[in-house]
Amino acid sequence: MRHQERDWASWMKAAHAGDAASYRLLLEALTPFLRAVVRRRGASLGLDAADVEDVVQETLLAIHLKRGSWDPRQPVGPWVAAIARNKVIDAMRRRGRRINVPIEDFLETLPAPEPEGELSSREAERLIDVLKGRQHEVVKSITIDGEDIRGTAERLQMSEGAVRVALHRGLAALSAAYRSFRE
Amino acid sequence: MKTEALIGALTADAAANKPRRLTGAFWTAVAVGTLCAAAAFALTIGPRSDVLTAVGSVRYVFKFVVTIALAIGAAAFLRRLTRPAATSGAGALALWAAPILLALGVGVELMVIPSAEWPARVIGYNALLCMAMIPLLAALPLGALLWALRGAAPASPAAMGAIAGVLAAAIAATFYAAHCRDDSPLFVAVWYPIGVAIVTTAGAALGARLLRW
Repeated sequence: MRHQERDWASWMKAAHAGDAASYRLLLEALTPFLRAVVRRRGASLGLDAADVEDVVQETLLAIHLKRGSWDPRQPVGPWVAAIARNKVIDAMRRRGRRINVPIEDFLETLPAPEPEGELSSREAERLIDVLKGRQHEVVKSITIDGEDIRGTAERLQMSEGAVRVALHRGLAALSAAYRSFRE
Repeated sequence: MKTEALIGALTADAAANKPRRLTGAFWTAVAVGTLCAAAAFALTIGPRSDVLTAVGSVRYVFKFVVTIALAIGAAAFLRRLTRPAATSGAGALALWAAPILLALGVGVELMVIPSAEWPARVIGYNALLCMAMIPLLAALPLGALLWALRGAAPASPAAMGAIAGVLAAAIAATFYAAHCRDDSPLFVAVWYPIGVAIVTTAGAALGARLLRW
């Protein structure tokens, strides 16, 4: 646990300084941890693998959009756990239940072994369809078709800068779509 | 959508956009909000004309002790709310410093002032202005704080908005106190909390809308 925290904190610091490779390492390391948490909390609600993946993705998106709220003097694990806890509660509310989720559950969960095969969500694609115009095309191209910025720019005949702006706004809009979806 | 692809998108976005650091944004908002309140105060009611003699009076100075204690307590608690996982730091307890100080001031005032004078001290000269000016002077600081706190991930957006309201009201009350001729803790204990409550309620309502994530 302590070893893991040291990695997370150093990746997060590097990511804040603009190191994209460290940021990717961090998100990839957090994903199995989040998956285990959501799976355990979601078991009683009958969440299947795609439902779990939806909550994991919404949490990753929230971590991304709120990454400025991480304070370098605080450990990463509890910060991530606090965000995950809120997203799990949101997901449960969405299913019409009120459940008390103790934060300890998040701090003590160990990453689950990765299942075979790639994991996909279900709701997210529907939510991406709520986005409009260029934001929709860019977010879809990068998150669903798995293209990079340059490939997207060429295909949509946009500048790379414009793709980056559309992606940035599109991710915020996607987060807002999750929010309106749960209300 | 594959999680791997989402991570790719988030990484690409992070490479192009640095995050806005919440800590810096918060203190900037406190500073900008205070300056805005100061400007609004100077352009409208301004300090009372006998301010130079008033600073020699214990009652006058005590008003600032209370309002500044409230500002510090609210700021500390708000910082705590922006760090949901913090294991140390000021909790809600910090907010109680100002009410306790004020209660002590009221106790002393009741002891040293004959009871026949109590009603006059409570009513004061201009209670209505007090109730109106605290919310008006708090509007800009509250706006600045809510703007900064959009980067936070609060468990309860309404609670975070409410505490931002307390902080904004405390800043406003500190300026208003420099204008107000009513220095008795009895006046402060009755009328100031009404202004603070108005701003707190507004902060909670705005926070519930603007700080959702």
